[in-house]
Amino acid sequence: MIGCEPVGAEALLLVLADQPSPELSGRIRTLAERILKQLGPLIRDWVAGWTTLLLHYDLCLTDHQDLEQRLLPLLRDWLTDKASASSLKPYQHELAVYYDGPDLAYVAEQSGLSVADVIQIHSSTLYWVGAVGFAPGFAYLGTLDQRLVLPRRSTPRLSVPAGSLAIAERQTAIYPQASPGGWHLLGRCLEPLFDPDTQPPVRLQLGDRVRFVAVDLGSLDD
Amino acid sequence: MTDASLPNGLRVLACTPLTLLQDAGRWGWQHLGVSPSGVMDLRAAAWANYLLGNPWGTPLLEWALGGLRLQIKQDTWIAVCGAERSITLDGQTCPHATRFAVRSGQLLELGAAVAGLWGYLAVAGGFQVKPVLGSVATQMRERLGGLGGQGQIIKAGDWLPCHRAHYPRAAHRPLAFKPDYRNPKPVRVMLNPATVKDGSWTDAPFWEQRWRLSPSSDRMGIRLQGKALAALPVVPWSQGVVTGSIQLPPDGQPIVLMADRQTIGGYPVLGWAHPLDLGALAQIPAGQSVQFQPIERAQVQQDLRCFYRFFRPDAQT
Repeated sequence: MIGCEPVGAEALLLVLADQPSPELSGRIRTLAERILKQLGPLIRDWVAGWTTLLLHYDLCLTDHQDLEQRLLPLLRDWLTDKASASSLKPYQHELAVYYDGPDLAYVAEQSGLSVADVIQIHSSTLYWVGAVGFAPGFAYLGTLDQRLVLPRRSTPRLSVPAGSLAIAERQTAIYPQASPGGWHLLGRCLEPLFDPDTQPPVRLQLGDRVRFVAVDLGSLDD
Repeated sequence: MTDASLPNGLRVLACTPLTLLQDAGRWGWQHLGVSPSGVMDLRAAAWANYLLGNPWGTPLLEWALGGLRLQIKQDTWIAVCGAERSITLDGQTCPHATRFAVRSGQLLELGAAVAGLWGYLAVAGGFQVKPVLGSVATQMRERLGGLGGQGQIIKAGDWLPCHRAHYPRAAHRPLAFKPDYRNPKPVRVMLNPATVKDGSWTDAPFWEQRWRLSPSSDRMGIRLQGKALAALPVVPWSQGVVTGSIQLPPDGQPIVLMADRQTIGGYPVLGWAHPLDLGALAQIPAGQSVQFQPIERAQVQQDLRCFYRFFRPDAQT
């Protein structure tokens, strides 16, 4: 059952499932695109979470009840539309990464693994973008191999360099800009993930798949 | 560079470390993680633009923590709203919350706030600055907007370009709409029904106490200090948040999300502040306190529609 909850006075939260999955993220993106196409002017902004879709609406044009009524047929179609899951071929990114982060040894020690194992495990998983937020272009990728799952740092770093590849709990991500952060840093990705002058400004979008490719540190000199 | 080759507008002779170009926000990009940002006190900024006949969301100057000195290099009109302060033009006192004419060559001096925190200075037609992702709002953390487009704060020596303008007479904000920054009213909050649904969490301690504004509050969030509230059930997966969301981290000290908030959050949300009360909250200096009182969503929506009808008449169907 889909939940439809008010959030403040100008937003509505659709709770679309109990558990996240790669297919769900792709389908949430499809749903958001359909909503924007049909109800465009009413919607000021949308934010997909792992299992939810928040719609910021224009109170001058609609309200919770009106929007809910307009969403019902769209949601009915979306729920019964079996094709929407299979017809959508997710975009797959391969991101080159230097695994030389300051927390690599710590993560290896805490997980009872060698540094080589941590790199091998992290780079052999195919991740999906379950949410975009926290910062422009910051993609929450799921899900991390159980062997690497660690709680966040007890004290967040005041500044994590741009491009840092990090893990926390069951997620991994790259910090597109320098920012404070409490995740464990495994390495660096030199590819830009957010640029307001390009279209679209972000590289990783909801439902996309991501694989990290370990780059030999020696090749930096090339 | 000679003066003749410089743009017409206002030249910043002195400003505070928190002087920013702002507008109604960078809407439409939250799905990519971009903060809506925009002004901290929506009412005060809306009045400043309204007095000059500027459309909703016209770029203006927002500042805190002191005064400003501006060299006028354009014949235009100005309105100053928000925190109360002294305003002088070539040494002559000008009234607050009015529009008044300025001539090229004059010196405009704005004193430090005597009540409230954030000041707003609007010019006729607004400051002419190239928007980034549809907005000039300065987002320092995200390096978006502002004079150079990369989230730069305003500094001494900067030029704020604007057009020539003339009005037949002065105008001022009606007294009935004058906020009392010295005695802030309680901030009205819509309780999140999910938090009290199963009866295990009681909201009374949130309403009963006065909350102190922590010095670590900023444009992203106002951190409240008081007797810790009981923990709310954990949100299993991060979800979108709104400006005014009141998060409750594990330490029991609520955080009210403000203009520069993130787009998504993982902390439980106990409720949402009335969007039209957030400005008054933003105007309370750190160390002082605030109280909250409940309000229904229908009332908030009615207030907002009334506000938008007045300040955004073109947005109506």
